[in-house]
Amino acid sequence: MTAERRPISYAALAWMTLGEWRAHPGRVVIAALAIAIGVALGFAVHLINASAQSELARAVRTLNADADLQVRATTPLGFDEQLYPRLAQLPGVAAASPVVALPARFGTGPSRSFDSGVLTVLGLDPLRAIAVTPTLLAPPSQAAGEGGLQPESVFDPNRVTLSRAALKASGAKIGDRVVITAAGRSESFVLAGVLPPGPSEQQIAVLDIAAAQWRFGSLGRLQRIDLKIAPGADLGRVEAGLRAILPSNAQVVTARSEARQGDNLTKAYRVNLEMLALVALLTGGFLVYSAQALSVARRRPQFALLRVLGLERRGLLAQVLVEGGLLGVVGALLGLGLGLAIAVATLRVLGGDLGGGFFRGAAPDLLVQPAPVLVFFGLGLVAAIVGSLLPALEAARAQPGIALKNLGDHRDPDTRPSALWGLGLLAAGGLAASLPAWDGVPVFGYLSIGLILAGGVAAMPWLARLLLSPLQGAGRGNIAVDLALKRLWGAPGQAAVALCGIVASVSLMVAMGVMVVSLRGSVEDWLGDILPGDLLFRVEGDGFDPAQQARIAAASGLGPVFFQKSAPLRLSPNLPPAILVVRPIDQAAPAKSLPLIGRTADIPADVTPVWLSEPAARLYGRKVGERMVLPLPGGPEVFVAGIWRDYARQAGAVAIDDKAYTRLTGDALRTEALLTLPSGQTPGGAARAVRAALPPDLAGQVQFVETRQMRAGALKLFDSSFALTYALEAIAIAVGLAGVAATFSAQTLARTKEFGMLRHVGVLRRQIIGMLATEGALLGAVGVVAGLGLGLMMSQVLIHVVNPQSFHWTMDTRLPLGLFASLAGALIAAGAITAVLAGGRALSTDAVRAVREDW
Amino acid sequence: MRSALRLAGLCLVALLLIAAGPTAAPGFSAVRPGAPITFPRDHGAHPGYRTEWWYVTGWLKTPDGQDVGFQVTFFRSRLATDARNPSAFSPTQVLFAHAGLSDPKAGRLLHDGRIARQGFGLAEASVRDTDVVIDDWRLRRRADGRFVAQVTTQAFGLDLMLTPIQPILLQGESGFSRKGAKLTQASHYYSLPHMRVSGVIVRGGRRVQVTGEAWMDHEWSSTLLDSQAVGWDWVGLNLDDGSAVTAFQVRDRTGRALWAGGSLRSRGGTSERLGPGDISFTTERVWRSPRTGGRYPVQRSLSLRTTAGERRFRLTPLFDDQELDSRRTGGPVYWEGAVRTEGGRGYLELTGYVVPLRL
Repeated sequence: MTAERRPISYAALAWMTLGEWRAHPGRVVIAALAIAIGVALGFAVHLINASAQSELARAVRTLNADADLQVRATTPLGFDEQLYPRLAQLPGVAAASPVVALPARFGTGPSRSFDSGVLTVLGLDPLRAIAVTPTLLAPPSQAAGEGGLQPESVFDPNRVTLSRAALKASGAKIGDRVVITAAGRSESFVLAGVLPPGPSEQQIAVLDIAAAQWRFGSLGRLQRIDLKIAPGADLGRVEAGLRAILPSNAQVVTARSEARQGDNLTKAYRVNLEMLALVALLTGGFLVYSAQALSVARRRPQFALLRVLGLERRGLLAQVLVEGGLLGVVGALLGLGLGLAIAVATLRVLGGDLGGGFFRGAAPDLLVQPAPVLVFFGLGLVAAIVGSLLPALEAARAQPGIALKNLGDHRDPDTRPSALWGLGLLAAGGLAASLPAWDGVPVFGYLSIGLILAGGVAAMPWLARLLLSPLQGAGRGNIAVDLALKRLWGAPGQAAVALCGIVASVSLMVAMGVMVVSLRGSVEDWLGDILPGDLLFRVEGDGFDPAQQARIAAASGLGPVFFQKSAPLRLSPNLPPAILVVRPIDQAAPAKSLPLIGRTADIPADVTPVWLSEPAARLYGRKVGERMVLPLPGGPEVFVAGIWRDYARQAGAVAIDDKAYTRLTGDALRTEALLTLPSGQTPGGAARAVRAALPPDLAGQVQFVETRQMRAGALKLFDSSFALTYALEAIAIAVGLAGVAATFSAQTLARTKEFGMLRHVGVLRRQIIGMLATEGALLGAVGVVAGLGLGLMMSQVLIHVVNPQSFHWTMDTRLPLGLFASLAGALIAAGAITAVLAGGRALSTDAVRAVREDW
Repeated sequence: MRSALRLAGLCLVALLLIAAGPTAAPGFSAVRPGAPITFPRDHGAHPGYRTEWWYVTGWLKTPDGQDVGFQVTFFRSRLATDARNPSAFSPTQVLFAHAGLSDPKAGRLLHDGRIARQGFGLAEASVRDTDVVIDDWRLRRRADGRFVAQVTTQAFGLDLMLTPIQPILLQGESGFSRKGAKLTQASHYYSLPHMRVSGVIVRGGRRVQVTGEAWMDHEWSSTLLDSQAVGWDWVGLNLDDGSAVTAFQVRDRTGRALWAGGSLRSRGGTSERLGPGDISFTTERVWRSPRTGGRYPVQRSLSLRTTAGERRFRLTPLFDDQELDSRRTGGPVYWEGAVRTEGGRGYLELTGYVVPLRL
């Protein structure tokens, strides 16, 4: 026929698409939902991150206000105030503002939380701060008050100005008295004003510097000097000039290094979540692929008919792609809305760090910008279109004549599916896992996970056959099982399509599950090591002096007790301060006091040993056996004797024996003690005994916590910080199961003719149902096995590559066998049940008519 | 940023100037008639008193013959703080300063200020001799009796040597200068008229050698003004014949003089004290500040009743806009301008025309 081929009209195409969707609304909804969930997760995580990031930047900016440079104490003890005039007179310094900065809280008595310091007391000289950090001063109208004010008001040691967040937290009104506790002292102030509404919601209480020094026992000491650089002065040269005269207990911090610090702190966390969200989007793409592939396969005769009627290949391609695109648009729009809702809810409930505990007392505003909205919309659309591309190409390639009659897998069952692509991708994944982090982000680790996932999916037809081959002939005695096996063996392509959604979601679930369980288990072990004993008690401020320590140790009714303290230690201006952990450590057996990992070194006689936490060793690039200088008075050189596991202090910790610390610093005060209760003693009784051994004013300040409660609290915190991960997992499971159901029901409905034929050759209805159930269960089982294998591989990448690279810690692999079992059970059951349900509907059609349909 | 500074400055004004109130708080030293004034001790600071200033004004001539007015003032203010606070930051003494340059080419007053609590060598006022420092600003009396004033701002700079060529002029009764009807409303006050000036000014980044003539006031008190007072007018004239005129009046809200005083010292050194009945200012022209809306009587006629009969001086400003808004650095907003008169030149100060002034 040489008749002119006219493209089929758009109206007809639209009618066909709509008809298809009307006939199978469930499938359309599932595919759109898959995209929507992927987009929603990605967009939500991005929104939260963007808001959290800008909140962090603002928090940093609020605390330093507009200072160009800061000189900060390396320890909370601060540095000598005589440094201030020296810095103020340095060439290039336009203005210097001395600052007393103390972690504080409202109210009296021991803090409710061990994580004290939500409130920061800043002691400022307003006459200096006005030139350097004007945003830390109250607006004049408030300072002036009404009518006859006194010049002394601004310098009044009884007046405090609060930031808005602090005002809210204090619950006070202007003119009320507020009690602030810092450095172990509780002092009462008149609330005189509120700081101008800053961009950040940090809790700040501003006092006059003289009042802060006097009333919080910080005479002669400063924690910070904010500097304004003269216009035209070279920042680098001023910095160098500063460094030349700074004592070892002070460091230069620039806005730049500060931002970097904050960035480092949360970058790993943020990137992890963003990547997780993209993986979810990827899963969505796979689900679209399987939905579209099945829809195309089922409609092959329809398409063939269209081709015979004159539709060109390109037209057919366009038809399928437009369908996918429409799915993508609907799904992506849905996803953006959903993502926004998730972000709002998450920020409200968990805060900007998703429960990670990085920003305290801050609830950031949501930050929505057009570019990310477009990007995530585009990603959803692309995932849907790419997911439709392969089926569309396949539909366009098919020979109309054959396709018109044939519904099944057009692949020859005798050709062996190739494993080349799959294995190649897996190998590339392994290679990517061995690459180091890029700019502190484990980019290649995530690439590796993506490659493993792609490799696994690509290898599915081959893998399905490999897994089914031992079962060949197993169904001899049972016609239903035999038929099911034969069918899966003969149509591996279709099986693989059904499987890839399952495999993708199962493997991601398994990978995350293994990682979280491993981390949780390791954290649990570590908590036991790091928090020995039964009762912990501590006091704020100076702490217990040696005589008080001796009295507590000698008090009756108490078991063994040891004292410790910890203090921030600024080892580098570009990183957040590490923590110096002072506790008794037996040089001969440090493992008794610290959860050591890896090798230890023999300690030379002439040098003080320290033990670095794993994050500290990784952050500062220190190895066992090296020497380093601690920023303590006199800058002592110390020896790295070992590495210990630490999950609590992401910024790193340095452990030192308490006697060595006292020798180096002369500081014999300790703020914390751990106590092992003798049998028969209650925590309450021990607390009374400790209090009795102390002077009354100190006894009232001592706070007691059972270590058992602390361990439970830490694990609870852990769980809440992984809440989003759990949520992602649950959603992945739901999407995975929905995908399985959609795929099976589509496949089953497409096989009406096959069922008719089977009925004609004498297979009982019951046997067909059995066959479908077996098929579904087998597919589920293959999916679980393949997903488990891939997931375990990916979990190892998470544990050994992604975690050390982003969080600087390692963990021991633990397998959540319960999760595996329930996952396997749920998937196999879901496969079987949906196959049976769909089969029931398919079988209700008259067998004879079904066969006739074939012609 | 700038507006934040301005706003915050407002609070400091409020604090440092409006506030002090009419009666000295316990703990401040009191001004007493007959208290001897001795030098160089009394060139230095008197930290026991609430308020103190060193006030230098003058006319400069550039090499191309142009007239420029200048003003450098250091203030010291003692606050009623808790004396028990041992902190080195304890804000017992606050120092502030402003400087202005009246350049007819600029058409308005260039000015800037400094403020700091005393301490750490960054802001200090010596009690031995004149030596007041706030960061990079300084007014110091050298061992040879000459004064050095150094001021650096973004817009201009002053580095001037001031040489007294006449004896010190003790105002009022041997340096006890009354400011009101009550005996407690007074200050210790002396002046150094006709000081010879040489040095450098920096304008628009260019250094210019200058010479000229200046006037310095040094005044300290704990209770100065009546509660009815809203401001004062002050003028100091260096007359070409070597004599010096000082005249001031304290005004109430209606503009009426609550008190007036001053002196007329001849070249030979004989000084005549002037009291409330001897001085009257007449306004000839008012200039309205476009920035603050303040209405200043910049063109005035001053009439003095002396033993030798009435003397009149017509005061004509170098230019109108010599308003100084020093609220940013804790000072008041006022007009401090170079003025000419027949046979002499000087400075006119007009305070309390925008915000009532209390000292």
